Amino acid sequence: MTFINYASREINCKIVYYGPGLCGKTTNLQHIFEATAPQARGKLISLATETDRTLFFDFMPLELGTVRGFKTRFHLYTVPGQVFYDASRKLILKGVDGVVFVADSQEERMDANIESLHNLEENLKAQGYDLMKLPYVLQLNKRDLPNIIPAIDIAAELRRKEEPVVEAVASTGAGVFDTLKAVAKQVLTELRKG
Amino acid sequence: MADTPILLHERQYHQLKAVLARLRMDASARVVFLVDKDGQEIAVQGEIGNLDTTSLASLAAGNVAATGGMAQLIGEKEFPTLSHEGAHESIHISVVGRMLLIVVFDERSSLGLVKLRSKQVSQQLSAMMDEIVNAPNDISDSPFAEITDEDIDSLFQ
Repeated sequence: MTFINYASREINCKIVYYGPGLCGKTTNLQHIFEATAPQARGKLISLATETDRTLFFDFMPLELGTVRGFKTRFHLYTVPGQVFYDASRKLILKGVDGVVFVADSQEERMDANIESLHNLEENLKAQGYDLMKLPYVLQLNKRDLPNIIPAIDIAAELRRKEEPVVEAVASTGAGVFDTLKAVAKQVLTELRKG
Repeated sequence: MADTPILLHERQYHQLKAVLARLRMDASARVVFLVDKDGQEIAVQGEIGNLDTTSLASLAAGNVAATGGMAQLIGEKEFPTLSHEGAHESIHISVVGRMLLIVVFDERSSLGLVKLRSKQVSQQLSAMMDEIVNAPNDISDSPFAEITDEDIDSLFQ
């Protein structure tokens, strides 16, 4: 839920990266962290298992800049992607202002993408949100791998509305900031509509 | 659709900070935070130093969310307080409506005192936050009222 503090002149919004296990949600945040100047971001908090699988969430605050005298800060979160962490995913979606769905472009992960997207819709609904009305971007990650489905086919299967679709290779950073900009713009535009 | 934004005006912000300052003094605490259950820091008062308040707010909210999930599994609505005791520094978290009141304290205080003082201000804080959350959003007052596409685009240059 967007929080506007007139005293400190700050606007704070929450963006959640969602998707199946090992699709690249954490990698997105890691790249944003490494590529952003320290003064424009906070720490990257990762609550993970010993094998670096997200256990609860990753979190990183990011300052995009100033608009009309207000600092715009985005709180980026990822959810754990593995199926059995559903209870945690529900909690992290609370107060969300925008969502990025990170799809794994590999052929063998298409079922997982579909299941995860359905899970996103269900969990949003449980929190009183409607994906069709929420700022939302679909990222097609791992476009560098050999066994991938054509982007047009993944988009046909996963796209829910006229959301931006961004092809990415999060491990190198390709498409990561384009994705973030796309969702952040939607969030701010939505706020302008009131 | 996303929820309506929460607007915190200067007068309200300073009132909240005054309550937190009073609590910090009465509880002999190091730092007192007010955090939204979604993890947004609302106000903080005390010996912040190098403390990463943004991360602490997010983690506290995650902590409460996780333990709230556990509570519901065992038939409880939520755990209204959580305490974490360290060797020197401790944290006490109270759920106050949709907010979390977080008190960081050291050997200058005690859990009993912090709990007592936190409980004493809870109602006042709850009433203040209700007023903030339920206040009508005057769109003309919003920083977004006159924002243009160029303003938004300039953030990404």
